Amino acid sequence: MGSITLDHVSKTFGGHTVVPDASLTINDGEFVVFVGPSGCGKSTLLRLIAGLEDVSGGRILLDGRDATTEGPAQRGLAMVFQSYALYPHMTVRQNIGFPLLMAKLDKAEIERKVQDAARILNLGDYLDRKPGQLSGGQRQRVAIGRAIVRAPKAFLFDEPLSNLDAALRINMRLEITELHQQLKTTMVYVTHDQVEAMTMADKIVVLNAGRVEQVGSPLDLYRKPANRFVAGFIGSPKMNFLDGAEAERYRAHSIGIRPEHITPTRDKGRWHGRIGVAEHLGSDVFLHVALDGGLGHLTVRTPGDMAVSHGDEIWLTPDDSRIYRFDKAGLALDHTS
Amino acid sequence: MATGQAQKLAKWALMPSVAALSAWAFIPLALTFYFAFLRYNLQDPDNTGWAGFSNFYYFFKDPFFIKDLINTVLLVAGVIMATVVGGVLLALLLDQRFWGRGIVRLLVISPFFIMPTVSSLVWKNLILHPVFGLTAEIQRWFGFAQPFDWFGKLPLFSVGLIVAWQWLPYAALILLTALQSLDEEQKDAAAMDGANRFNYFRYIVLPHLSRPITVVILIETIFILNTFAEIKVTSVGGFAGNLTYLVFSQLNDANDVGMAAAGGLIAVVLANMVSALLVRLVGKNLET
Amino acid sequence: MARAQSPRRTLIFTLVGWTVGILMFFPIFWTTVAAFKTESDAYSLPQNFLTTPWTLENFAIVQERSDYVRYVINTTLLVTLSTALALVLAIPAAWSLAFAPRAESSSRLSGWAWIAIMLAAAGVSFVTLYVNDWKVDNFVLGVVLLLLVVAPATLWVWTRNTSGTLLWILSTKMMPPAGALIPIYLIFNRNGLVFRDWGWINLSDFNLMDSLWGMVPLVTLLNLPIFIWMLFTYFKEIPVAILEASRMDGASLWNEITRVLMPMALPGIASTCLLNIILAWNEAFWSLNLTNKYAAPLSFFISEYSSPEGQFWAKLSAASIMAIAPILIIGWFSQRQLVRGLTFGAVK
Repeated sequence: MGSITLDHVSKTFGGHTVVPDASLTINDGEFVVFVGPSGCGKSTLLRLIAGLEDVSGGRILLDGRDATTEGPAQRGLAMVFQSYALYPHMTVRQNIGFPLLMAKLDKAEIERKVQDAARILNLGDYLDRKPGQLSGGQRQRVAIGRAIVRAPKAFLFDEPLSNLDAALRINMRLEITELHQQLKTTMVYVTHDQVEAMTMADKIVVLNAGRVEQVGSPLDLYRKPANRFVAGFIGSPKMNFLDGAEAERYRAHSIGIRPEHITPTRDKGRWHGRIGVAEHLGSDVFLHVALDGGLGHLTVRTPGDMAVSHGDEIWLTPDDSRIYRFDKAGLALDHTS
Repeated sequence: MATGQAQKLAKWALMPSVAALSAWAFIPLALTFYFAFLRYNLQDPDNTGWAGFSNFYYFFKDPFFIKDLINTVLLVAGVIMATVVGGVLLALLLDQRFWGRGIVRLLVISPFFIMPTVSSLVWKNLILHPVFGLTAEIQRWFGFAQPFDWFGKLPLFSVGLIVAWQWLPYAALILLTALQSLDEEQKDAAAMDGANRFNYFRYIVLPHLSRPITVVILIETIFILNTFAEIKVTSVGGFAGNLTYLVFSQLNDANDVGMAAAGGLIAVVLANMVSALLVRLVGKNLET
Repeated sequence: MARAQSPRRTLIFTLVGWTVGILMFFPIFWTTVAAFKTESDAYSLPQNFLTTPWTLENFAIVQERSDYVRYVINTTLLVTLSTALALVLAIPAAWSLAFAPRAESSSRLSGWAWIAIMLAAAGVSFVTLYVNDWKVDNFVLGVVLLLLVVAPATLWVWTRNTSGTLLWILSTKMMPPAGALIPIYLIFNRNGLVFRDWGWINLSDFNLMDSLWGMVPLVTLLNLPIFIWMLFTYFKEIPVAILEASRMDGASLWNEITRVLMPMALPGIASTCLLNIILAWNEAFWSLNLTNKYAAPLSFFISEYSSPEGQFWAKLSAASIMAIAPILIIGWFSQRQLVRGLTFGAVK
């Protein structure tokens, strides 16, 4: 079992409120990703769950039991840190075995569990090395090994991939996802990278300035963002926003159109503009277009290898059924369709 | 940032040290303060009571007081001047590349590790002795029939020489460390900008050293204010005594606790003026 | 990359460097030579230091006449016990300051309130002393008065923010020994204490003068500020996340410190100990004032040679060499830590 409930949790550091009031339920076995820009309080929230910080108000329930006042050791959770936080003076074997040693298991038992973890993570050849002799990806695996070895109620990941290079990051992303499918243990994963959130999560929690903006599955958030912040945060490239007369036309304070829901054409369309930069990715082209009449700038994503370049004139037409409407406060209005 | 529980543990982990240091800092100080206003002589134990400011009055009137105060200032100022100038030169020298630099470095810093009583007696006897000392021998070799009597004629200078010998390595080592933290690229940039050696030293090196020099001055001041063993062991307290020595002799020779305490308080005030500066400097560094 | 240096330049610096190095080291070298000469040869050394015979007799004489071994044992006990004691006090303190820093004072009282409390305590002490005709010959009263002065100050320091506590710790190192000499001397020397008749307690059982029971705590306190500061700077270099990881892994505070923090900080702890061994070994002010026989360390032992009888240079040199050799070698090994330890982090 490993359900986590936050009940009106708040956190203040010396008069500065980081988390004003957060309530959330994480079900057993779920893969939940906390995502948001840096400084949004996502790491703080994770540390509150871990017990590394005290809540200023509210309760934290683990499996329905109030764990608010328990120390990190008593909560039965495991954490993977951004910097891996391996013990540099211990071998990989000792690192992975440390939680078991602290739990006072006997030697044979520790060795057996360490071997199991090492097998799952392909660390068998490195057990006698020190962390300093390992590559970034291997260290990451050791950190995960140290977390899984004592079968915690839930795993907490604090931006675990941000110190890895791009290729390795994609690899580890897959490995962690696979690990989740294998172990079926609750995982709470913090990241600022919305791609990680979209690809890994069962459930995404979007945070902004300590507030929970929206909770939902990746596709829910993509299709039905609750407000402008979520709409702008989820999706890559970012959603375009227009306000003024163009938004009035849709009876909204502002409207959002995703770059992939705009069709560019050479001869006619809704808006006319001039291309600033065209980014050719091979499979896609990203066009950054300045609209005529000071309407604003739009990013357009179009498949294939459309031959356009800087300075070209172009017509753009949005997919009307996929326009997002927002009121003055930034909240989403009913879908136009 | 940590949990309240950890904060609480941390507070108690700090307590033994704070309590010990607090007892060490405040109990003697409070008692010194108390004694300084007391009639209290160990040879006359029944004559006690409130003395008002008379201890301070007699301390200031003591012919040794002004002399020893001047000695204190001269010793501190002289040694600091010598060690800072010498320290900068030594640091610049040790920053150069030459054969056996590591060994020379060890030779240069060695005096700092010599206990004060040893260096005092070695300098007084083996080096500066007016008849058998090394300097006397050298003077005779140059044709002086009557070698110079260092401790007889210039007691304060001789004590200063010993203290400077001990503290020069300290200044040199700290300035060398600071020098080596100077960015190599700055040197290249200065060369590109057409700075010659002197300008490089004047506009790049010296400003970079200003802060460590301040630290050296402040820390040496605090330690050299307390020079004691060098004066006592070379038996020049009567001529080259400083404030610390005067307090000692009031207690040891005159057995006058009240007077000695008054002198101690004056020393505390003097040292506090310097240490306030040092603490502020260190504090600034702590913030960043 | 630095450019290659011309050989001429290297040669000049080599000559200058070695000259300066030899000059600085010369007194030590000269003492070493004199230690291995006969007494009469030592007095005429410069002319004949190569031709006169070498001898080990001085070392034997020094031991025979003044029981050198006892001073070595005293010094060693003083140094190791005070270092161990300081370590026990300083590790938790430095852990606390480095890993659970307080940005603000944990006390609700303002600075002025603390000053008012301390002034009030001083005022009460003053009136009490006045009423008692400036005598304190009651043990309980003495303790109460001391607590009145120390307790508010301790609590004030204890609740300050981290940098305030650190700076206060530093400032205790700045106190001139002359300011503390009189009370310490009187406390150690029971015969001189103004409140010597404490009735039921027989102070002659607690004579601290010329005793390691007095010297060890004293030297510990002398070095404790440097200990805490150095350990603090070393601990600061250890990422907090690693300690947090150990907490997540179920380690108690004891395990966190002994199994994670201390092994990681071992080089720092070792160099802190080395520097403090040097300082304790060479301590002279308190040794000269508070010991003379049973607990006297080497610095006192050497000072005995300031009023000798007959020829004594060779013996002085032999004794000196024996007193400085171990610490000189330790000093050579820990020279780099010296900077950190004696500048309180103000020079990096």
